[in-house]
Amino acid sequence: MKQDIIIAGVGGQGLLTIAGVIGATALKAGLNVKQSEVHGMAQRGGAVVSHLRLSSQPIASDLAPEGSAHLLLSTEPMEALRYLPLLRQDAWLVSNKNPVQNISAYPSLEALWKRIGEWPHPMLLDADELARSADVRRASNVVMLGAASVFIPLSHERMKDEIRSIFDRKGSAIVEKNINAFDLGRAAALKIHGK
Amino acid sequence: MQSYLWLGDEALAQAAIDAGLSGVFAYPGTPSTEITEYIQKSKLAAERGIHSKWSCNEKTAMEEAIGMSFAGKRAMVCMKHVGLNVAADAFINSAITGANGGLVVASADDPSMHSSQNEQDSRFYGQFAQIPYFEPSSQQEAYDLTLQAFDVSERHGVPVLIRLTTRMAHSRANVIRRVETPRDQNSLHLPADPRQFVLLPAIARRNYSRLLQKAPLFEQESEVSEFNQYVEGPDRRMGILACGIAINYIQEVYGEKGCPHSLLKIGRYPIPRKLVNRLVESCESVMVFEDGYPMVEELVRGLTSKGPHVRGRLDGTLPRDGELSPTCVAKALGFPAPETAKVPAEVVGRPPSMCRGCPHANTFEFIVEAVKSFPQARVFSDIGCYTLGALPPYEAINSCVDMGASITMAKGASDAGLHPSLAVIGDSTFAHSGLTGLLDVVSEKSPVTIVIGDNLITGMTGGQPSAAYQRLEQLVLGIGVEPQHLHVVVPLPVNHEVNVELLKKEMEYPGPSVIIARRACVRAAV
Ligand SMILES: Cc1ncc(C[n+]2csc(CCOP(=O)(O)OP(=O)(O)O)c2C)c(N)n1
Ligand code: SF4
Repeated sequence: MKQDIIIAGVGGQGLLTIAGVIGATALKAGLNVKQSEVHGMAQRGGAVVSHLRLSSQPIASDLAPEGSAHLLLSTEPMEALRYLPLLRQDAWLVSNKNPVQNISAYPSLEALWKRIGEWPHPMLLDADELARSADVRRASNVVMLGAASVFIPLSHERMKDEIRSIFDRKGSAIVEKNINAFDLGRAAALKIHGK
Repeated sequence: MQSYLWLGDEALAQAAIDAGLSGVFAYPGTPSTEITEYIQKSKLAAERGIHSKWSCNEKTAMEEAIGMSFAGKRAMVCMKHVGLNVAADAFINSAITGANGGLVVASADDPSMHSSQNEQDSRFYGQFAQIPYFEPSSQQEAYDLTLQAFDVSERHGVPVLIRLTTRMAHSRANVIRRVETPRDQNSLHLPADPRQFVLLPAIARRNYSRLLQKAPLFEQESEVSEFNQYVEGPDRRMGILACGIAINYIQEVYGEKGCPHSLLKIGRYPIPRKLVNRLVESCESVMVFEDGYPMVEELVRGLTSKGPHVRGRLDGTLPRDGELSPTCVAKALGFPAPETAKVPAEVVGRPPSMCRGCPHANTFEFIVEAVKSFPQARVFSDIGCYTLGALPPYEAINSCVDMGASITMAKGASDAGLHPSLAVIGDSTFAHSGLTGLLDVVSEKSPVTIVIGDNLITGMTGGQPSAAYQRLEQLVLGIGVEPQHLHVVVPLPVNHEVNVELLKKEMEYPGPSVIIARRACVRAAV
């Protein structure tokens, strides 16, 4: 088993939570993990990316080489496109369709959606809407994780256990809302994917 | 033994605890911050009473650690690479005093300047101080070599440096915690020689010659260190020398087939000369891979044209700057680039920006407005979230050099006749390195107007406490700023006009004045 996952988005969107859940689940499944993160300046609303590499064999590089990633999970549409060179041709590109327009030169959203649609295996979701329906507006990242879980060879039930432990200290209501957000994302992806 | 998914920073921190650490001393700085934060959050560290409070700056941190080492206990200092410049005086001299309790300095470099003003290479400081220094190639090694570093420090009675890079510091991997019960902390025990730390010339000369005598020993230990490995390969047309994490990219590129070339991996310095010689002599050429400056490459090349045939960053085989990547390493080794998709033309850069509602935004709004009335005015600034005031829509600052340089540069420019000369500095930066500059300004009654953006916290690095918290006015007045030229304002749109007028008035005053623009960081508030 070997999977390279690219997690992309804008600083402050909760990418480290996504990476943390997948990484911890993989660790408990006995896999080798390398997970490069972005801390620091870019977290102030800049472009951020995390390379998450899972394998039953030892992993050499912390960074996924170009053309190696099996999955791109993005919490923002323009950020999804920034990392296309890292993807294999048969990779899934799973992206939130809602933009973070914190720069003046933000391109046309339709053009971005179109570009994403041109990828061989695209999946665009309205994660913000799904998060709202789970009554946690800030949980778009968890929705996206639920959606991407369809393409990650790890138990989604175990991922949910990790979500529970991350949000545990915020109380059971928050935990359940986040679990719900995960389930909504996963269900939406399964529906689009036709599984 | 349990396996954890640790950042390089965290692996290093846990190893320090397991090595019997008594105190960590640090000032935050990306990518080193998580070392200290890990120890601050560690229950085990708390139970063991390990000191882990932030220091004012890297120099005070370094000196506090030297003091703890003097008292016989194991101490660690953590900083980002440029922090070592601030601590350099203490650091270099600590090699002359030597260590009593184990003294380990962790300095995290930032090749590619993800969050820094430069990409200086801390290994030069190891070389400069003439002490043993380490560089992990994996998070596991970050753990293992930190454990060892304390022993090396005590065995030889010298400080030991550990160099990390952003990629190592901020990447997680499986790490086995090899020590399950931490070593006991050292008991208080004072240096046997009461004059060891008294660097009067006569004593310093004696200490220095002792340090020099240890050099061959340090090198010998490097030759046989588990962190330096030599692997023979059949293809002798080229040998590969890889420092730190560079080895991972080489293994990534060759994959399961394995590298056909002889390979020397370096993780402990001083450079193991014999191992390097063996590589150079058994191969027709050598390719050097290292993050940061081409330090080892330059040494292997030598100054004469008779040296070995060396390739690396200096001949364009690898980029001269920026961090290594699997892609540039593959290219250097002659692998064809994979067919990949291009980044679509629509994609534009997304630099960092201030959070919505950030107090600094309102501060820059009033500064920009006030400065409009003085076309000559220049705004010297500093390092922190407020440096983002350089970007649109504010474009409000004219400098950002090093922590504290805003006040001193404003003074120098004013000494040159520039008027008005403004400084904009954060509260934590002011505590770090602004105080002494302000004293210069006050001593000469320089016409400098200083705005302290007090968001009550060290924002840029994630909201650590600021040493100036609740003492800022006291500090400013204590240094000697006239009370009538110290003002505290709240940077909010409702106060905009008042703040503009106040700043204009102070810019016209031909002496030192300080305006504290105080409102909490919105990130810290949530
Ligand atoms: C010598 C040195 N140490 C540490 C840093 C990292 N660093 C940059 S800005 C900053 C904090 C600034 O805090 P403050 O002045 O309060 O400004 P804020 O970010 O809160 O606006 C730190 C720790 C650095 N660049 N240089
Ligand atoms: S973290 Fe705080 S100080 Fe920094 S940009 Fe955000 S609100 Fe401003």
